[in-house]
Amino acid sequence: MSIKSLDPRITREQLPDESDNNPIKELHQWQTYEVFHQSKKGDRHIHVGSLHAPNAEMAILLAKEQYARRYKCVNLWVVKTSDVFITDYDDEDMFEANQEKMYREAGGYKVMDRINKFKTEHKKN
Amino acid sequence: MYGGGYIFEESKNGHSEEEDQIKLQKFEERIAAGEKIEPSDWMPAEYRKQLIRMIEQHAHSEIIGALPEGTWITRAPGFRRKLALMAKVQDEVGHAQLLYSAAETLGKPREQMINDLITGKSKYSNVFNYPAVTWADTAVIAWLIDAGAIINQVANSKGSYGPYCRALERICLEESFHLKYGHDNVVFLATGTSQQRQMVQDALIRWWPPIMHFFGPSDKISVHTETLMRWKVKMASNDDMRQKFLDMYVPKIWELGLTIPDPKLKKNNETGKWEYTEPDWEEFKRVINGDGPCNKERLAVRRRAEEKGEWVRNALLRPSEKYTVPLS
Repeated sequence: MSIKSLDPRITREQLPDESDNNPIKELHQWQTYEVFHQSKKGDRHIHVGSLHAPNAEMAILLAKEQYARRYKCVNLWVVKTSDVFITDYDDEDMFEANQEKMYREAGGYKVMDRINKFKTEHKKN
Repeated sequence: MYGGGYIFEESKNGHSEEEDQIKLQKFEERIAAGEKIEPSDWMPAEYRKQLIRMIEQHAHSEIIGALPEGTWITRAPGFRRKLALMAKVQDEVGHAQLLYSAAETLGKPREQMINDLITGKSKYSNVFNYPAVTWADTAVIAWLIDAGAIINQVANSKGSYGPYCRALERICLEESFHLKYGHDNVVFLATGTSQQRQMVQDALIRWWPPIMHFFGPSDKISVHTETLMRWKVKMASNDDMRQKFLDMYVPKIWELGLTIPDPKLKKNNETGKWEYTEPDWEEFKRVINGDGPCNKERLAVRRRAEEKGEWVRNALLRPSEKYTVPLS
């Protein structure tokens, strides 16, 4: 017996009432791409998410549908996820030294104390 | 649209025992401090499992949720409404894509999720097992089911899992169009001819029980969710979300002079809570387990779509490619 639907298009399909399971196979959704979105020229491209596509051209097409449906977008990048190399959050201490290198920060140079001291001494003479 | 009334699986023996206690404590501290958990972070197995389940159910609901409304695309009253309905349905399918990607970051490939949907192993929101009998049903769905979905999704977007929160933020932006579109359609019918009013009233009567089911079983009978709430997987109790929905939308329904088919429904001014007839949770269970008016049709349509698209996917498949779990 086939399914009778309120939607005539579905009724016309004569879908079987019971299923024979025909599972989709591995990789049938293809590989994944990461999507970067730029909302206006001059702005950075920002990572907005990922998608499945068989190739880069299709990835761009799907990125437009999924990540640029609304609001302004002037440019999209797609990158194969497998091409992205990433650091591990467990290694985040490797960035910690940044804060200690005060000799390369503007805030690491304080001269006013010296100048004021110099001025006071100079006035006395 | 959507995503309410998730069915969480009860864990057999308080799950955290097998986990590394130091890592678990650090994980819980990060969540308590409002930090987001990212795919490559350590997480308890139970957290991963329940999140996959929840995000996957949400994705399936988007894709199946497009079907009841899609019923009326070919017969929409007027070209503008047809365009708007197509745009809405396309949004819902897009939301499914975003959510499948978020669920995938936790390690379950999309092929497996789709297989679990079409074989009936995974659930989706129960409301989509009911038919959209007339055009007015699509109006009620777009307004009130999407309203319920927004309440749920706004709450969940404050959760702890980064990729899910980011997907939900994007989804919520689009849902605001659905809500306005649905309200506009309901108002048009409710302020129209007596026949149009009757249509929308009938649709409201049909959809009220599913809407009350939407947020899931009452807290009194649902699975314990304290751990899930502490981990910010579940952000509000089912009853709290139902109360919030009633608070926001019952007055808007009443101002149109429509009747809600529940004589007990009223706000108790002392407690500030809505009182209502307890929804029929036996029916909810029966329908979610496959015995609803449209369960078979929904899955059959989904299955046929996979079968019809198979040759395209095969033609574009490059066997040399390897699957990579998406980053976030």
